[in-house]
Amino acid sequence: MSERPGIVIVGASLAGLRGAEALRRGGYDGPLTLIGDEPHPPYDRPPLSKHVLAGELEADATALPHLVSLRARWRLGQPATGLDRAGRTIRLADGSDVPFTKLFIATGARARTWTEQGADLDGVFTIRRREDAVALRRALSRPPERVLIIGAGLIGCEAASCCRDLGLPVTLVDPNPTPLARILGTVVGEVLAQTLRRSGVDYRPGARVRALVGEAGHVRRAHLQDGGAIDTDLVIVALGAVRETAWLARAGLVADSGGVTCDGACRVLTREGPPDVDIVAAGDVARWPNPIYGGRAITVEHWGNAVEQAAHAASSLLRPAQPKPYVHLPAFWSSQFGLNIKAVGLADGADAVAIVQGDRASRRFLAVYGRDGRSVAAVSFDQARWLPAYADRILAGAPFPPILDATDQRRIETLAPGFPPLRTERPVLEMAHV
Amino acid sequence: MSDDTLFAEVLDGANRANPYPIYERLRRRPVSRQRDGAYVVSTHAAIRSLLFDPRLSSEDLPPSRRPRTGNPFKDWIINPLKNRVATAHRPLIFRDPPDHDTLRGFVMKEFTIARVNNLHGRVEALVDTLIERCRGRDEVCLVEDLSYPLPVAVICELLGVPEADEPQFHAWATQLATALEPDARRDEEARRATVTTFDAIAAYMRRLIRDKRRHPADDMLSGLARRGDRGEPAMGDVDLISTAVLLLVAGHETTVNLITNGMLTLLRHPQELARLKADPERAPRLIEELLRYEPPVHFRTRKALGAIEIGGTTIPPGAPVVLLFASGNRDPERFSDPDRFDPSRDDIQHFGFGGGLHYCVGAPLARIEAEIALVTLCRRLVEPRLMADPPSYRAGASLRGPSNLGIHIAGIV
Repeated sequence: MSERPGIVIVGASLAGLRGAEALRRGGYDGPLTLIGDEPHPPYDRPPLSKHVLAGELEADATALPHLVSLRARWRLGQPATGLDRAGRTIRLADGSDVPFTKLFIATGARARTWTEQGADLDGVFTIRRREDAVALRRALSRPPERVLIIGAGLIGCEAASCCRDLGLPVTLVDPNPTPLARILGTVVGEVLAQTLRRSGVDYRPGARVRALVGEAGHVRRAHLQDGGAIDTDLVIVALGAVRETAWLARAGLVADSGGVTCDGACRVLTREGPPDVDIVAAGDVARWPNPIYGGRAITVEHWGNAVEQAAHAASSLLRPAQPKPYVHLPAFWSSQFGLNIKAVGLADGADAVAIVQGDRASRRFLAVYGRDGRSVAAVSFDQARWLPAYADRILAGAPFPPILDATDQRRIETLAPGFPPLRTERPVLEMAHV
Repeated sequence: MSDDTLFAEVLDGANRANPYPIYERLRRRPVSRQRDGAYVVSTHAAIRSLLFDPRLSSEDLPPSRRPRTGNPFKDWIINPLKNRVATAHRPLIFRDPPDHDTLRGFVMKEFTIARVNNLHGRVEALVDTLIERCRGRDEVCLVEDLSYPLPVAVICELLGVPEADEPQFHAWATQLATALEPDARRDEEARRATVTTFDAIAAYMRRLIRDKRRHPADDMLSGLARRGDRGEPAMGDVDLISTAVLLLVAGHETTVNLITNGMLTLLRHPQELARLKADPERAPRLIEELLRYEPPVHFRTRKALGAIEIGGTTIPPGAPVVLLFASGNRDPERFSDPDRFDPSRDDIQHFGFGGGLHYCVGAPLARIEAEIALVTLCRRLVEPRLMADPPSYRAGASLRGPSNLGIHIAGIV
């Protein structure tokens, strides 16, 4: 090899692709390599738990458009297994080494799988990758007698919605008092709980699955911690995601299952403290101090962040002399049970919530979250059009509640948002040790 | 001329043919206070931001006041009641959430893409018939010959209003459309005329809706009127009438301007006319540029519910706020070379159909009508030439368009 190795991007999903495009747009015309553990060119994940599961869209019809000519070398189907920072090489699963001048980390996250009893049974699914959605879709069309969904977060609720649309009996088990309790609190979550029940979901809040048991290698029953049992022949595990950082274990970076830690400009921090200015991270895997939340180090596992942060990280890589802080107002959307849910900001950690437009009874409303008297987040149920006005107020650090003279505003009632106490990652084992 | 009377100049009929230089002066400030206390919003960014601001209300019409009749029973009992009912049941363009959203939801369930697309062939046939009627003449009066009768026929068919009744409500529609014009809204006499007209058209609609319930057909009015029969949530009769009137008036008074402004613009840009004639596929982009460059609705008024700080100005609670869409469409901060009519520009994020909550319900229908009308006119009129430039204009500053567009032709193919 006569030329310099150039920039290598590890992770060929949304953040990796948009990062590559940002590098080319930013004037980089040296060698560019994208490494991806999946065999597919970059594709879009949000439709997997919605249209693909519902059978409205083929899984292979979700390829992401390339917005810029990349002139890149692709190494797909090859997970990275190690990073040698001193030698400036990446080790791949096939044992080969890929050298780099600069590195862009966008390995994202993988679905947290079922690790308790019954992990090896057939009929137990997660939803993260294209193959997951294809296999699950096939299993759902058989059809199963009862679907059990473990976890009432965004993916769990969207899956429940699709299954009900398909006419399938669904049981949804979650340890929290309401769905989406961790990200939106129970005051707002209760609206969704009622929606779930009205849609015929057998929703079991405050319950935990202890074990899955099978017959002839296929799942047949779930045992709950309180001693109850649920007959099921298809289980969807929706317990969130684990960041793909195992390959960084010996790289001398600050990386764990919660992400790889960066400075404000998305450059990864070394164990010694200062950043390695030739290595950046973006997307689900990147943990950075967000100025909007007082420099609290967060990861944001949402689509919009992958796109924006990739562009920012690319710019930090191309212009190391002028690192700029990455300021991002997190945002996500979800469609389930005929509802359009959109949110901006980080609600968890809020000490108050106010319904500022509409009302919860009609399931059309806008709620704002406050912390220490400032507005920090907002969520809309079928009222997304007003959200930008609240996003502006949140970015401006406006007092809570921020807008007091809106249309469709009743007497504003301020409530405690009802975030469940933080739990550890493995509640079952924790219980066993008590 | 001082800046706080610029909007009065916009309303002045003398400036109807070309209000754009006044808009340019207004844009020196994103939001400018006028002497009468109204705040005019003229830049693209400020309009965009206010369209999505929940502190702006559309419930800004003064309450209904029926004229004195001399009959004390009517004046003291009946009419005050009617006034209260009418004020509470305004059409949805003058309503805020949640009522607006509920009413709009009912309309959208009936105003389906399928229903609009089904009208495609019908619009083509109508346009051909209307043009055919001009055969043998060397002059087309576009408004009278096509731009007015086409949308009227289409909205009547869509709603299920007998077209034979059109002469009856032609004048009603024109009168009711003035509810959007600031001058007419302030004038007590004009407002009374509007209320009287509304009573007349409402009585007509009430009878028609009763007929639809007895003899339902495949039209929007039957659909809206019969929802309750199937046990689904439905509009009350008063809202049903005001919605039907709104759709009828909107169908009468807006698309006419889009078609006439479109032909006027094409005749002023003969190279674009020739291109459209050679390649009708250009029509969709051309219509979008037209909606930016010469939109059929120039502004809408809202009311500030709270103090709104925007573009260096604080709009006080209760102030009227004029969203000057046609000015935002010509904002050089947003569009390069904004005063040039250029259907090949790739960025046409216009306010031609408004935006936000009250975005035009009829947009897909207007697009189809304008596209078919302009493409067919370009194809069939031989050597069309403008007879007067500028043409004469209708009175409205908001619903702005020529009252007559004389086109000299060498024949019809």
